Amino acid sequence: MNWISNYVRPKINSLFSRREVPENLWTKCDDCGTMLFHRELSDNLNVCTNCGHHMAITPRDRFTALFDGGVFAEISVPEPIADPLHFRDQKKYPDRMRAAQKSTGEKEAMLVAEGEIGRTPIVAACQDFSFMGGSMGMFVGNAIIAAAERATELGRPLILFSAAGGARMQEGILSLMQMPRTTVALQLLKEAGLPYIVVLTHPTTGGVTASYAMLGDVHIAEPNALICFAGPRVIEQTIREKLPEGFQRAEYLLDHGMLDRVTKRTELRNELITITRMLMKKPPRVVGDLPPPDPTAVQTATEAAPQETAKE
Amino acid sequence: MTNYLEFEKPLAEIEGKAEELRAMARSNEEMDVEDEAKALDKKAADLLVDLYKSLTPWRKCQVARHPDRPHCKDYIEALFTEYTPLAGDRNFADDHAVMGGLARFNDQPVVVIGQEKGNDTKSRIERNFGMARPEGYRKAIRLMEMADKFGLPIITLVDTAGAYPGKGAEERGQSEAIARSTEKCLQVKVPLITAIIGEGGSGGAVAFATANRVLMLEHSVYSVISPEGCASILWKDAEKMREAAEALRLTAQNLKELGVCDRIIDEPLGGAHRDKDAAIDSVREAIAAALADLSNEAPEVILSNRRKKFLSMGSKGLAA
Ligand SMILES: [Zn+2]
Repeated sequence: MNWISNYVRPKINSLFSRREVPENLWTKCDDCGTMLFHRELSDNLNVCTNCGHHMAITPRDRFTALFDGGVFAEISVPEPIADPLHFRDQKKYPDRMRAAQKSTGEKEAMLVAEGEIGRTPIVAACQDFSFMGGSMGMFVGNAIIAAAERATELGRPLILFSAAGGARMQEGILSLMQMPRTTVALQLLKEAGLPYIVVLTHPTTGGVTASYAMLGDVHIAEPNALICFAGPRVIEQTIREKLPEGFQRAEYLLDHGMLDRVTKRTELRNELITITRMLMKKPPRVVGDLPPPDPTAVQTATEAAPQETAKE
Repeated sequence: MTNYLEFEKPLAEIEGKAEELRAMARSNEEMDVEDEAKALDKKAADLLVDLYKSLTPWRKCQVARHPDRPHCKDYIEALFTEYTPLAGDRNFADDHAVMGGLARFNDQPVVVIGQEKGNDTKSRIERNFGMARPEGYRKAIRLMEMADKFGLPIITLVDTAGAYPGKGAEERGQSEAIARSTEKCLQVKVPLITAIIGEGGSGGAVAFATANRVLMLEHSVYSVISPEGCASILWKDAEKMREAAEALRLTAQNLKELGVCDRIIDEPLGGAHRDKDAAIDSVREAIAAALADLSNEAPEVILSNRRKKFLSMGSKGLAA
């Protein structure tokens, strides 16, 4: 079952890791212009408390907010060959990589973790737009394969948060090959009967949209996220006309049948818990006190320790 | 009337001069120009060898896009018998950028699918310059499903600048259509063979080219983005396409080294457009060999080998 032989066991490396944010700093909402306290903004998952505009959130912050108690175990991703094409534009690819690593504090553009949401075991992968535009190269491919492999091994759903400008040009054809490559990984997960849920966040474009971001059992998008194959500027240049307001935004895609739902980030966690529990045929989540034991609720789950009626 | 590429200008001059001399001689019987014309022929032939000996990646892109290059339609007409086009995605429309249907290859029934760019203004517009809309991918999916159901090998002929950056194409979900077409390529249990005959442009190509065997003509290219697009993003200057073409490693020769291309099909000297029949014959031979190679494999093995191949893509880089 192992598709990558040098798979490494996950280790818990994030316990209540939400970063301390200085109280006295302000951020201006790039949509409505309201000045927002950093703390207030981060408590609201980087969603403007005035206008509801969704700003970027790092994969680590997203996972901290997503997983029960902010606890998740990072799944390590096998390292691909560095700079396989010896690519150089105005800068060398390894230099661009180092700059991205320095500015984000992350190794690459995708974070993979396992943990529980509402006591529902899942595997999650999250793409990082701040790392070279979240671009899909060999590492992102490896991350999705590792995530799908781990989910299959544990019999868990996979939830993937997409965000990318598209393929990583510096890896040329090998970035394009991540489209079929990740598709194979997801097929094996699907053939094991496990749910694959995609949360499309701003922006999800190019080869990412045209592969794993559009192959989910359920597609949920954050409000106003740009989701497309060809970007609006390219289209405007081709057809030489101005595109209508809201074109290629989440609500527009919902209208055109490409998404199941558009859900606010602040409501996303609950929705993901509800959906994954139904797809996994688990009883409803219990919030509050534990109910009396119900022997019929015990199922033959594939997890080592199923927690069917646990409370949060 | 030959269409010359920019880098073939010196060749055009010599061949033009030889032609002029011969035309003069035809109108004036007194003139004997044959020696001079023959010398020019020789010079042109030498120059042609020289020009094509080591084409730069950007020149390869130009050859791959040459208007006189044999296109999908030419290959379908020459390589197959009883070609029976099957139209439509059963949902919205028939996409004329994508040809497809039942046909016989050396008498064996197959499904053939490919992008056709057109060869004059009218047919180019009708074919949308070979850029499929969502309906094209959905037609391909339907045909691949049919092939799988009846156990017919699938042969795809790839020649496209890429997906179509249009309003309707986005509205009707071309991302999903491309993703599903690629996924379908990874589900069918029949042999799937791709020949990249010109341009393999990005997602539009990969949706057809996720195959057991990817064959590439000697001067064809296959890339994640066009050199012009890459140049305008990374160099902020679309005129840097030569540099971008170099950096992207999009030639058949580079892709063979990376394991993306399984076999390079030799082209006639001066490119496929200089001798279409010879180019088409070489493609015939390569497809026949690939089919023969896969003919004894069990359906499950054909599928699992295809999946393994794409799963292990990228395990080797280019030599330093
Ligand atoms: Zn706001």
